[in-house]
Amino acid sequence: MLLEIKDLHAGIEGREILKGLNLTVNAGEVHAIMGPNGSGKSTLSKVLAGHPTYEVLSGEVIYEGKNLLELEPDERAREGIFLAFQYPVEVPGVSNSQFLRLAYNEKMKHHGTEELDPLEFNDLLKERAKIVEMDSSFFKRSVNEGFSGGEKKRNEILQMAVLQPKLAILDETDSGLDIDALRIVAEGVNKLRSSENGIILVTHYQRLLNYIEPDFVHVLANGKIVKQGGKELALELEEKGYDWVKAATK
Amino acid sequence: MMTELAKETIYQKDFQTVLEQTKDENLRRLREKAFAYFTENGFPTPKNEEWKYTNVSQISDFRFQISNFKSESNELLNAFDFERNGFTALHLAFADVQIITIPKETSVEKPFEFNFRADENSANFPHIIVVAEAGSKATIIEHYESNGASFTNSAIQIFIEDNANLTHYRVQKESAESYHIGTTEINLKRGSLYNSTNINLGAKLSRHDIHLKFTEEGGEAFVDGLYMLGGEQHHDTHSEIDHALPNCVSHQSYKGVLNDKSRGVFNGKVMVRENASGTDAQQSNKNLLLSNDARVDTKPQLEIFNDDVKCAHGATVGQLEEEELFYLLSRGLNETLARNLLTYGFAEEIVNKIEVESIKKQLDEAVLNRLNADLGV
Repeated sequence: MLLEIKDLHAGIEGREILKGLNLTVNAGEVHAIMGPNGSGKSTLSKVLAGHPTYEVLSGEVIYEGKNLLELEPDERAREGIFLAFQYPVEVPGVSNSQFLRLAYNEKMKHHGTEELDPLEFNDLLKERAKIVEMDSSFFKRSVNEGFSGGEKKRNEILQMAVLQPKLAILDETDSGLDIDALRIVAEGVNKLRSSENGIILVTHYQRLLNYIEPDFVHVLANGKIVKQGGKELALELEEKGYDWVKAATK
Repeated sequence: MMTELAKETIYQKDFQTVLEQTKDENLRRLREKAFAYFTENGFPTPKNEEWKYTNVSQISDFRFQISNFKSESNELLNAFDFERNGFTALHLAFADVQIITIPKETSVEKPFEFNFRADENSANFPHIIVVAEAGSKATIIEHYESNGASFTNSAIQIFIEDNANLTHYRVQKESAESYHIGTTEINLKRGSLYNSTNINLGAKLSRHDIHLKFTEEGGEAFVDGLYMLGGEQHHDTHSEIDHALPNCVSHQSYKGVLNDKSRGVFNGKVMVRENASGTDAQQSNKNLLLSNDARVDTKPQLEIFNDDVKCAHGATVGQLEEEELFYLLSRGLNETLARNLLTYGFAEEIVNKIEVESIKKQLDEAVLNRLNADLGV
């Protein structure tokens, strides 16, 4: 088992948002978490990554047999958790390649494997960038600065390609993407999908799931998973709307 | 009263020596006038509004020896406004002058470099005059370092003639015990371009005054800078950009990184005079405080006397952004590394502008050194 979330209650500024969430993810699985605005989707993403403003009230999160909630955000990342941000942050003055090499080498150091010098890393970066159709002009630019919405999301997937996480959480990666960028991002994720890793796709819309086919679909409403099924659940949801689920849970 | 007087006349003997060595009549006269002004006014005190946050009494208490020099002379020295304060006056009294002229319609690839290294207990008064003749293009670099406690009081006069293009880097990396006072005067003629980056990393106490004036229409200037301070360092940049004539453009971006108990001052005045229509003046000063004991006083000032202008200014003082920090942590960087990388990025926005690779690399290293960080650059 890669990840097991048991009866998780969490919130922000004293407000409870997740109210007893359960979820199990195994390696090789893609889970889609769908739900209306305010259902707790982003809270779940942030809590898993360890964002300091979110507070866990009770429950357990076990990642590879360890208590994930005891780890600092950077430790989680080095242990193989990756969050693709809904709103990737701009880091002026720091080049994409410099940032990625530092992140890559921190992870290598942690696992006792060899770090790469700038030249070696550049080769790796070029190779991985093909996955999201990015050319080397992006490497020298400051992280996300002046990137279009689509470029920012592609850059998140490039980071995922470089860091090769065991568990990737993609938080609304499809939001704000035009159809071409959506295709590139989705194809990138598909190439990175393997029997070794698990992926959680957090999304409001079914659209993304046309490109990345999930093994499981979970519907989140009012801080709990209220419905689970296969990929066909997403289609049903698209057709009937979230009111259908909300009504069913009342 | 007696001691006050004594402070200002400690240079008397040295001044006589300099005067004897000065053969040029014009320069002799200037030196005498300047020294008289200094003797009468002394060093500025915090009572003077322009020196409110920068107390220089420790400089006047310190005994320095005037270092040897040979000076050129030029009538452009007459244009130097030595009556600004005691430092400019003392500077001209002792000025060690070098002149470079970039001939008209000439593009000089290799930068002109001025490297000043002050010896321990020395007082230094380097003065540079740069004349960029019409249509010329060149880069000049001023570099200040020192071997120990010393006093440097420098000045540069820059004249950029019609359609000339001058890039100017000023790097101050004096030792932690040094005092550094610098004055930069720039005059821009028709259609000329001035692009400067001023880096202030060193010295115990430093002050840089910039006086930029558009003397004809259509000039454009970039006046950017960085001060990165730690320990008990004190830096003060005072800048004055004078839009005296129409259709000139100025951009100013200054950043400060302040750690420990350091103290920064930024005072940026932009003046748009009555007939300067079509002016575009942008100014910003952003400061990053890395410690609770660091402090910065920033005062951007716009004085506009014309309606047909585009002006914007702003100043910020703050800490690292939590969201930026979390982003880096979420990629596996530990907190120290993440904080250092963000600070580095903040400073690099100014350093990255530098187009001379050797200087840029040196500054990259200096910035990293200051952060005490190995960012694998």
